[in-house]
Amino acid sequence: MRRAALILAPWLALLAGWYGIHHSGFVNPALVPTPHEVAARFVELMGSRLPMDILMSTQRVFLGVLCGIALAVPVGFVLGWYKTIRTFIDPLINFFRALPPIALIPLVIVYFGVDELAKVVILFYASFFAGVIVMYEGISQISPIYVRVARTLGATDGEIFRKVIIPLAVPHMLTALRVALGVAWATLVASELIAAQQGLGALIQNAGSFFQLDIIYVGIICIGFIALLMDLGLRVLARRFVSWQERIA
Amino acid sequence: MTIGPPRIVFDKVSVRFDTPAGGRMHVVDDVSYQIHDREFVSVIGPSGCGKTTMMNIVAGFMQPTTGTVTLDGQPINSPGPDRGVIFQEYGVFPWLSVKENIAFGLNLRANRTSADEREAVCQRYMQLMGLSDFADAWPRMLSGGMRQRLALARAYAVKPQFLLMDEPFGALDAQTRTAMQDLLLGVLATEGKTVMLITHSVEEAVYLSNRIIVMTARPTRIREIIEVPFSYPRSEGLHESKEFGDLRAHVRGLVMQEYAQQAKQR
Ligand SMILES: Nc1ncnc2c1ncn2[C@@H]1O[C@H](COP(=O)(O)OP(=O)(O)O)[C@@H](O)[C@H]1O
Ligand SMILES: [Mg+2]
Repeated sequence: MRRAALILAPWLALLAGWYGIHHSGFVNPALVPTPHEVAARFVELMGSRLPMDILMSTQRVFLGVLCGIALAVPVGFVLGWYKTIRTFIDPLINFFRALPPIALIPLVIVYFGVDELAKVVILFYASFFAGVIVMYEGISQISPIYVRVARTLGATDGEIFRKVIIPLAVPHMLTALRVALGVAWATLVASELIAAQQGLGALIQNAGSFFQLDIIYVGIICIGFIALLMDLGLRVLARRFVSWQERIA
Repeated sequence: MTIGPPRIVFDKVSVRFDTPAGGRMHVVDDVSYQIHDREFVSVIGPSGCGKTTMMNIVAGFMQPTTGTVTLDGQPINSPGPDRGVIFQEYGVFPWLSVKENIAFGLNLRANRTSADEREAVCQRYMQLMGLSDFADAWPRMLSGGMRQRLALARAYAVKPQFLLMDEPFGALDAQTRTAMQDLLLGVLATEGKTVMLITHSVEEAVYLSNRIIVMTARPTRIREIIEVPFSYPRSEGLHESKEFGDLRAHVRGLVMQEYAQQAKQR
């Protein structure tokens, strides 16, 4: 009960602040639709294009993150485990990571066209670089003592990999996945700049050109909530898989 | 305790490390000694002199630069379950429960045992080390002394003939430390093993060992090898005896001189 109240409190404060700004007189009320107007628009859109927008965006994020993490985990692992390789590859990774995905859009269009593939490539790019760094920093923190202990107990290289390295890597994989998901949702709107008809990013951009502020708010809030739900889901998963850890990062 | 044949033999062992600055650091200098079957040998010397380095060679993690270390006449090439190692930092696996930690070695191909046997061994060592009530606990919930006992139980479970311990009780408070020493002696009395213990504590070395090897400051050589005349089983009362006090004073004197030597070199 108390907990529920504590969780709800900041959200209610946010709503109150929103109403406050609308009625404050500091800004033109026409520029800040009220929460109930946005809610009404949400209900209306749920009866038309919104479900499809949500589906398309979620699908793109999912595919991009899946591919990005599928590559980031082994690459991050190798970079984290072999310090000499890392010294050479690290600058390269940081170079690419610094490039904002939005700046790459023209190139992506040239190389991958304007279809689904292009959008997924952008999300893949963003989630790979976010994931790989989390992964390799985590792996490089692993103390070599556990491998040595396993050796003295008679473990073979294969056994060390399966019984020591994998369990130690799993928490970092889950963290990498969470970070990549967050970054992918943050990049979604940019990726849907590429000739998208459907998707939450497309919804927001269309609404922007017609000055439909309430729809823009609906789109933004949907992105935030879906990202939040996915993160919560992953946290639950992490708690089950790595309950041995003191704290789930 | 009767002394058996030599099992671990250091023969003119020297170790030099490459330093980051591009030079060579001479750490172990022409060291020869033998550890006999069922003997309890303590190695004591100033910190940074090369004790862990010597233990790493016996454990199979590294080779001497010159000279040889043999085990039953064979050169040591790799770690193995015949040599249980207790590391200074314990290395208890945080992702396994207490019981799974103890069973870890028994689940490896090198020591494969039946499920019944595994269960029996786990129960036995949990009992012996006072961990039975914590079978399913995560290591992070354990105290330092309990983690130490868990590391010991895990090493014991695969029935090593040798026990190599690197300052195993250094991080424990005085009471826990004494209790752990007595526990170790108790376990050794029922399961004879050949032990190499690295320690900082003169008290501990005299209380536990058959022989004490005092090492010099780096590059480390043997300063003196001291026979400890007390018979086993030993008990706490021994600390109070005059012979114990005299021996302790002698060893402490040697160690202090080496620390002074080391201070002068730096
Ligand atoms: N792998 C290594 N490479 C370079 N120097 C090392 C290495 N291992 C140990 N040393 C150095 O050798 C010396 C002896 O180390 P160590 O055997 O750990 O000492 P002790 O255990 O007696 O305190 C130290 O000065 C340490 O810095
Ligand atoms: Mg040491």
